[in-house]
Amino acid sequence: MLSIKNLHASVEGKEILKGINLEIKAGEVHAIMGPNGSGKSTLSQVLAGNEAFEVTEGEVLMDNRNLLELATEERAREGIFLAFQYPVEIPGVSNMQFLRTAVNALRTHRGEEEMNAAEFMKLARETSRQVDLDPGFLKRGVNEGFSGGEKKRNEIMQALLLQPRLAILDETDSGLDIDALKVVADGVNALKSRDRAVLMVTHYQRLLNHIVPDFVHVLANGQIIKSGGRELALELEERGYGWLGVKDEVATS
Amino acid sequence: MANTDKQVNELVKREYEHGFVTEIEADTFEPGLNEDVIRRLSAVKNEPEFMLEWRLKAYRRWLEMDEPEWAHVHYPKVDYQNISYYSAPKKKEDMPQSLDDVDPELLKTYEKLGIPLHERAKLAGVAVDAVFDSVSVATTFKEPLAKAGVIFCSISEAVREHPELVQKYLGSVVPAGDNFFAGLNAAVFSDGTFVYVPKGVRCPMELSTYFRINAANTGQFERTLIIAEEGSYVSYLEGCTAPMRDENQLHAAVVELVALDDAQIKYSTVQNWYPGDENGKGGIYNFVTKRGACIGKNSKISWTQVETGSAVTWKYPSCVLRGENSVGEFYSVALTNNYQQADTGTKMIHLGKNTTSTIISKGISAGHSSNAYRGLVKFGPGATGARNFTQCDSLLIGDRSAAHTFPYIESKNKQAILEHEATTSKVSDEQMFLCRQRGIDPEQAVSMIVNGFCKEVFKELPMEFAVEAGKLLEVSLEGSVG
Repeated sequence: MLSIKNLHASVEGKEILKGINLEIKAGEVHAIMGPNGSGKSTLSQVLAGNEAFEVTEGEVLMDNRNLLELATEERAREGIFLAFQYPVEIPGVSNMQFLRTAVNALRTHRGEEEMNAAEFMKLARETSRQVDLDPGFLKRGVNEGFSGGEKKRNEIMQALLLQPRLAILDETDSGLDIDALKVVADGVNALKSRDRAVLMVTHYQRLLNHIVPDFVHVLANGQIIKSGGRELALELEERGYGWLGVKDEVATS
Repeated sequence: MANTDKQVNELVKREYEHGFVTEIEADTFEPGLNEDVIRRLSAVKNEPEFMLEWRLKAYRRWLEMDEPEWAHVHYPKVDYQNISYYSAPKKKEDMPQSLDDVDPELLKTYEKLGIPLHERAKLAGVAVDAVFDSVSVATTFKEPLAKAGVIFCSISEAVREHPELVQKYLGSVVPAGDNFFAGLNAAVFSDGTFVYVPKGVRCPMELSTYFRINAANTGQFERTLIIAEEGSYVSYLEGCTAPMRDENQLHAAVVELVALDDAQIKYSTVQNWYPGDENGKGGIYNFVTKRGACIGKNSKISWTQVETGSAVTWKYPSCVLRGENSVGEFYSVALTNNYQQADTGTKMIHLGKNTTSTIISKGISAGHSSNAYRGLVKFGPGATGARNFTQCDSLLIGDRSAAHTFPYIESKNKQAILEHEATTSKVSDEQMFLCRQRGIDPEQAVSMIVNGFCKEVFKELPMEFAVEAGKLLEVSLEGSVG
């Protein structure tokens, strides 16, 4: 589904990604782990099309289409979803309005009819319960005054509503207590399907206890230095990144 | 900000959609202003003697006044001798008796502007007075309103038909000597709307005036007077558009509102005068004095304005809170784009006991525009227990626009309370990225973010117009994103 080849990217002239290679197939769950500053978040931003980052080399194909040629919103309509690490607030714009606009943008792209307010409200209420968010949140401004955990659950709710082909979760576990972590993980697990892939970016292995990955990759200094299965994450938890020749604090929570 | 800038730049580039010119034969005065012009104007309008005297007095006073220069706007000096002070579509007979007598070209013009005047297509529940250049061409729903005792007509008609009311109230809130532009207006005002709501009557429908400038090189000087007697209520809305022309045109209006005991006036404006092109050429100079007097106890005057048009705006809808427990409100959205300049705000003058006022101002600047909020909150010695709450928010789009806030406070009463909040924010790259990452078009994203910013003001508009205002913002922002 997604094929990343020799991807280089920089921000403000500083190279962050230095040749990433990664193949993700439909139905798979991949985890990218690595120390702070290794380029994990940059990778997710670049895939989603944040124009603050410049791709200097390499290619990204999604179903054999060149993803890098598409604008941010076009990538989203093709099924790329990014759950943000720090979701920004949009005061005065209700979550409901924001989400309906997004859902309808995708539906229009697929040639489907737009959802009317009543239909959408029903769907949104059900989905909000799925991530344990009070439907009252739908009336509030986008992320306005949400706690850290509420923002993260709101992101997962959006993924459930938008039904992406590739869901990229950027440090979705950070700042969550164990109950909230469970809720978020349940949401992501509900998202898993045969024709959808999940790419999790995380610093800690604890999320992987709840969302079991098929593959784990270690990112350091802008490159993937080791790939393995589930057991690699457990090894990182035990031994940290040092044995891979990478300096960082321990990978446990 | 590079991304948002690029997007913003493209969103501002759509053409002004009301920029067409109506080809119609008109009686237009030669440019120039002197006492003879005023006499001629008064004669054309069949005005009683008192009106001419009032105009001449105002004119003589105006000659001694100076154009204000304190506002945060810059424009070449207006040559007042180069403006025509009267232009009216030619009529076959004297006055149109019904809409059937109105020139079909005019009806078409208003239809094109989305303001159908014809009986069959009239806006449901909204009575319209249509002012074209210097004259009122049609007023709808006059009869049902008359049944309720409400007078809704052009100010010219009121001068002739209800001189006692006009004489009593005209200039009582904004005297001819108030300021330069109000003085000019008093001397040469050509038409406008008059509303009188009798004691205890709740006006059965929304009233509105639609102002259209058509002729070139003319100024529009309209005058609106609304009187709400004891315990009455009226909601009034005005809209304005003009053709696209390379020359600047002057619009110097005066609006006076009078609320007696327990009366309420809600006055909403959607101002969409031609703003000039993307290089700042042409556009309307909108120099307007609007003031309401809460004379009576427990009276209330509420101003809501959505200002998206005009090259230069100079406008401060204000409330004089004289009656005990009277309430003044000002809700404003002012959007400037390209090279537009706005200096707008309000004055809340608290004179009576326990008077309260609320000011919510939302300024949005895009392109190279400059947007200033200027407000005065004044507590007189008798304003014991008075309160004001002010909130001024500015939103910047792109990095070449400017926002300014000039709040003035004068208090002569130690027991008055004032709260002031102000914020400045930007449509950030992060907000744009979030929206676009969810599949939303950049243009739609900006308009959604701006609408969210204005929400507190839009909810004050009459329902039908809140939607309209949102759409107007969208159009005005076009080209500011890409």
